[in-house]
Amino acid sequence: MIHILSLKVENRAGALSRIAGLFSARGFNIDSLSVAPTADPSVSAMTIVTHGDDAIIEQITKQLNKLIDVIKVVDAQGRNYVHRETALIKIHTRPEDRAEALRVVDIFRANVVDSSPNSYTVEITGDSEKVDAIINLLRPLGIKDLVRTGKVAVTRELNKNP
Amino acid sequence: MKLTGSEILVECLKREGVDTVFGYPGGVVLGLYDYLYRQTHLRHVLCRHEQGAMHMAEGYARATGKVGTVLVTSGPGATNTVTGLTDALMDSVPLVVFTGQVPTQLLGNDAFQEADIIGITISCTKYNFLVKRVEDLARTIKEAYHLAASGRPGPVLIDLPKDVTFAQTEFSYPDSVYLRSYNPTIEGNKGQIKKAAKAVRQAKRPVLYTGGGVVASGASAELTRLAGLIRCPVTSTLMGLGGFSGSDPRFLGMLGMHGTYKANMAMYESDLVIAVGARFDDRVTGKVDDFVPNAKIIHIDIDPTSIRKNIRVDIPIVGDVAHVLRTLIEVLEANDEPIYVDAERAAWEARIAELDAEHPLGYTHSDEVIKPQSVVEKLYALTQGRAIVSTDVGQHQMWTAQYYHFESGRDWLTSGGLGTMGYGFPAALGAQAAHPDRLVITVSGDGSFQMNIQELATAVVNDLPVKVVILNNRYLGMVRQWQQLFYEERYSHSYLATTPDFVKVAEAYGALGLRATKPSEVEGVLLAAFRHKGPVVVDILTDPMENVYPMVPAGAANHQMVFCDPDQTPGAGLKQKDGQGAKTPPLPLTGGGARP
Ligand SMILES: Cc1ncc(C[n+]2csc(CCOP(=O)(O)OP(=O)(O)O)c2C)c(N)n1
Ligand SMILES: [Mg+2]
Repeated sequence: MIHILSLKVENRAGALSRIAGLFSARGFNIDSLSVAPTADPSVSAMTIVTHGDDAIIEQITKQLNKLIDVIKVVDAQGRNYVHRETALIKIHTRPEDRAEALRVVDIFRANVVDSSPNSYTVEITGDSEKVDAIINLLRPLGIKDLVRTGKVAVTRELNKNP
Repeated sequence: MKLTGSEILVECLKREGVDTVFGYPGGVVLGLYDYLYRQTHLRHVLCRHEQGAMHMAEGYARATGKVGTVLVTSGPGATNTVTGLTDALMDSVPLVVFTGQVPTQLLGNDAFQEADIIGITISCTKYNFLVKRVEDLARTIKEAYHLAASGRPGPVLIDLPKDVTFAQTEFSYPDSVYLRSYNPTIEGNKGQIKKAAKAVRQAKRPVLYTGGGVVASGASAELTRLAGLIRCPVTSTLMGLGGFSGSDPRFLGMLGMHGTYKANMAMYESDLVIAVGARFDDRVTGKVDDFVPNAKIIHIDIDPTSIRKNIRVDIPIVGDVAHVLRTLIEVLEANDEPIYVDAERAAWEARIAELDAEHPLGYTHSDEVIKPQSVVEKLYALTQGRAIVSTDVGQHQMWTAQYYHFESGRDWLTSGGLGTMGYGFPAALGAQAAHPDRLVITVSGDGSFQMNIQELATAVVNDLPVKVVILNNRYLGMVRQWQQLFYEERYSHSYLATTPDFVKVAEAYGALGLRATKPSEVEGVLLAAFRHKGPVVVDILTDPMENVYPMVPAGAANHQMVFCDPDQTPGAGLKQKDGQGAKTPPLPLTGGGARP
């Protein structure tokens, strides 16, 4: 079962390696991990995508909470969350493929953020399914390079009407 | 007034109530050592190897309940602390370890004696700090002592670049610590405690299964009260021994791989296990599925990660053991109804007596060869359980756990989680440094003692009169036992021969060396050792083929204990078989030559 863990972490040297080290030392899986400072520069937000049965996820959550640098861990599973991922996809573009490439970019409301005589770099943001889908459509054109940020996640506000 | 980093360090230690530091100097801490030389507050015990300093600090911490403090240099000094850090982390021993570091401007340059000790020790410390600015030093030290001692205790490391020890700043020591990301739960959840009380009232065959958490939390009085209140037998892990009186009739002895039959069977047959500050270690549970097949489990522990880590738990309670037990007792006493049915408890106690009669702890006595168990029994009889006893790791450790009955957990120093050979002697020195007037004994093995034998110098020079009793079987006995039982008697590299002559070694260091080769000599040499004012090494040549029983073979369940060598009467030891003797090195019983 895939779980998205959303962490608030002290923004200190070493915090990331403590967290990554915990996963490797205890044999937990990391599918993706993203980290960046929050509005409060002393705090980083981290999103970890992991998988395991309930007992493993419980251990992961407890072990993360035990780390001195971890301020808070929320398991998005069973909660209302928005999550997004960004990918930069560099594709080969022979002249006869360009129209097809732009059509796909258009359908997904993605952007071409760099181009050269024989390549486009496409930027896409969305949930992971959407990112997977555009990658699948662009693959036949020939993907030269692909980088994904991994998921970032935040809770939805439930009461939307003030 | 402005102080240097070195002065701040000493000032902070004073305020933390530190009186003794275990350490070893070197290049980058020369400035610090220079200041130590000029101050009078702190006592510095010079070890002969940094690993020794670590275990001394551990022994000091375990025997006092205070935080142990270590000071070493960078590079090799720092890396020599790694075993001790891991040991302390596994056994929840509070330590603060200061490591020197190369100056900040050289960090990351592969400078002389630079080691990335922060990176190296991330996974063997509770937390570690690199102090890059002298302004951060005092607060960091305050946080380090707080982290080490609170919650589930553990080792904390502070890496101190050389320039920080020389730099100056205005000194102020914070009164308190607030760490937004660190908030151990002390009080247990009341609802959970009420559930536990209800389960206790329903139980017919309860067992208290207690661990090192009882000692760390100082909860012996509460545990004893609870056991009486609910009329419940108590078993303990290796780390928990002494947390409940070893001479109390309710005490079942240790459980697990080398536990007593009655303890393991009582767990197996129980309908309620109350786990108190214990973590269901694999050496305790044996095959997990058959560990306590019929019991409801209440698990009280300050560390949430210990709960449901390797076993299902019905009623988890996160909190400090002493606090939770107190509340549980209150809740139980608030209700006037009797807590148990007398007849049910009488039946349970009768069943346990029956189990005990079936397979009591025991061994075959001998007049010719010294049985190691008899030495521990003699130690217990002579000291009446009042000594501080440390062990190394191996057979002698298990025999000590089985045959010495502790009255206080702080009198029992052993390496449980990591099983560190070489722990025992320096740990005893640390305990002796804290308790100069008490009798401190190390029960060691001929293998283990050699792992930190150099600390004999520390003992002699610092007047630490520890009595080391070596159960000398000329073997890495525990390894040999497994080879005998599970590797068809192929004794691969477990024979140590009869060197060194421990008596001569002791004498070379300026300590007293004594030896016993016959059962009739044991009491005499032990008494002579106790009467001697300084440190003593007692070399006792024991039956080399004696094995630790009972035993749960690896992979088996705890109710499938083995009580003696295959085809032997219990505890008779192995006879050498013809033709197989060739594979086995000779076993001279006289060791390095007994002296009159
Ligand atoms: C540092 C270290 N190395 C290896 C081991 C593995 N080991 C466990 S018990 C043991 C034998 C210990 O021999 P000795 O100290 O003579 O004790 P005995 O079992 O003979 O009583 C060994 C090698 C260990 N626990 N620690
Ligand atoms: Mg031995």
